[in-house]
Amino acid sequence: MAEHPRFSRPVTAHEADKGAALRFDTLPLDCGRALTPVTVAYISHGTLNPDKSNAILICHALTGDQFVASTNPVTGKPGWWVSLVGPGKPIDTDRFFVLCANVIGGCMGSTGPADIDPATGKPYGLTFPLITIRDMVRAQKLLVEALGIEKLFAVIGGSMGGMQVLQWAASYPESVRAAIPIACAARHSAQNIALHEVGRQAIMADPEWKNGEYANHGTFPSKGLAVARMAAHITYLSEAALQRKFGRALQNRASLSFQFAPDFQIESYLHYQGAAFVDRFDANSYLYITRAMDYFDLAAEQDNGLAEAFRGSPTRFCIIAFTSDWLFPPAENRRVAHALNAVAGNVSFVVIDSDKGHDAFLLDEPEMFAAVNGFVEAVAREAGLP
Amino acid sequence: MSELRPELAAIAGMIRPGTRVLDVGCGDGALLHHLVQAKGVDGRGIEISQQNVNACVARGLSVVQGDADTDLSEYPAGVFDAVILSQTIQATEKPLKVLTDMLRIGRRVAVSLPNFGHWRVRTSLLLHGRMPRTRTLDYNWYDTPNIHLCTLADFIDLTRKAGAVFTEAYTLDTHGRTTRIRPGAVTSGFFGPNLTAPGAIFLLKKKG
Repeated sequence: MAEHPRFSRPVTAHEADKGAALRFDTLPLDCGRALTPVTVAYISHGTLNPDKSNAILICHALTGDQFVASTNPVTGKPGWWVSLVGPGKPIDTDRFFVLCANVIGGCMGSTGPADIDPATGKPYGLTFPLITIRDMVRAQKLLVEALGIEKLFAVIGGSMGGMQVLQWAASYPESVRAAIPIACAARHSAQNIALHEVGRQAIMADPEWKNGEYANHGTFPSKGLAVARMAAHITYLSEAALQRKFGRALQNRASLSFQFAPDFQIESYLHYQGAAFVDRFDANSYLYITRAMDYFDLAAEQDNGLAEAFRGSPTRFCIIAFTSDWLFPPAENRRVAHALNAVAGNVSFVVIDSDKGHDAFLLDEPEMFAAVNGFVEAVAREAGLP
Repeated sequence: MSELRPELAAIAGMIRPGTRVLDVGCGDGALLHHLVQAKGVDGRGIEISQQNVNACVARGLSVVQGDADTDLSEYPAGVFDAVILSQTIQATEKPLKVLTDMLRIGRRVAVSLPNFGHWRVRTSLLLHGRMPRTRTLDYNWYDTPNIHLCTLADFIDLTRKAGAVFTEAYTLDTHGRTTRIRPGAVTSGFFGPNLTAPGAIFLLKKKG
């Protein structure tokens, strides 16, 4: 039943491993609707051991995808987490069976708004159902079960990936030996919802968006999506990092132009980020996935607060936050650690000094590597894994 | 790994194998690591220094970055077999609250502390008229983290206030070596441990 995934943006690196996709009959969703059928595109590295106890699931962030440690077929760029995942790395693909799936609602092969709705024969567009983080995790659970894995050795992810990690631990505690949520929160804050809404409105204000039916019109809301990305990208960095990297430096010029053409390096950098993004990401996917993050509030599923989500959990947690992350600040991560303390959960909570903002989790952060490495080693010892 | 300090080894001796233990102010995790490795305990730590926490987690220990003064109140009652507070109580902002919280969340509480009633401290203040500096308390008064120093007699008063009873007591010499004593002996007579011991370890539990 494995097939090749279909990406909604053109493939540029034809030689890259495109991974696989599995189709399931139906996926019931939180909104009351269902995706029938649903496809989950994924990639795996390493070998699943005979008792299927060495699987690590990686959950990707908002604009990430399953190409975590290998060349991305659409962008041709290296995997987005090669710093952490690979042979001999803290998430060691020589030792573990490492799995990463594109989230539903995405545009890299898992069912999303750019796909054809079998009921109408036309792209879903805005008829695609609103999805949640829990729906994404449900789809991953289907995949994991289809691969015969009863209990994941670990689930790890940053940002929205970390939200999925928390949801995994809350929804399927018996299926998660270790959870590593990084730079995330158990709920999306008002500020973060606000920032997402700016991005969505930028997309919807683009005349080429055509109420989400741009595929039928042969258009694409590149301008709106680029603006959304530019605004979001600022939130992934920090003031200190921007100042250090760009300051007030001018781009290819000696003096101010007294025009609106990009004068400053930071402007030109953001333009580049926006332009590169529209080549690899679908605008409607951006709407749906940001909405899923906005809806995330793990405590809302409980009557007695966040701690209840983890009561009696057998999972070992390692929560990692970064000091300069203002999107998911240490305080939000600490909230999760405190909730786990309140039910005597097994939790490690590390705050890493970095001025690189939210994106620090994707960068070369030796203290993060050391924490993940030590934690994984300890859990592997406990699990009797070689 | 390096040998455990004699004082920590004495505390480790009070911990039952395979139990769940919380080390409050676990530092670099030396005691916790020993307890996990040698006694198979389900060990948890809370530590205020970010650098220490990261080092603990990197060696595979379950440690959270947090503050004993504020964060202990979150833990539910009776979930730990033992809660350890090693050379930390004098650095807390609210020693009574910390001790009360520990007695609530742990069935047994081990506390080690320096004795500000030791004769060296007393004579140093008497003779020099300046805040004493000792081998275990080697700080200037203005930059010491030890904001709530007490004598062993003071600590015993505090445990009464917190509703605790002693089950075991040890004196600590300047090298951290321990001598088991009768808990009631600590304050008995002028020349008792409150004058002669540089520090002590107490094993406590809640009364009743």
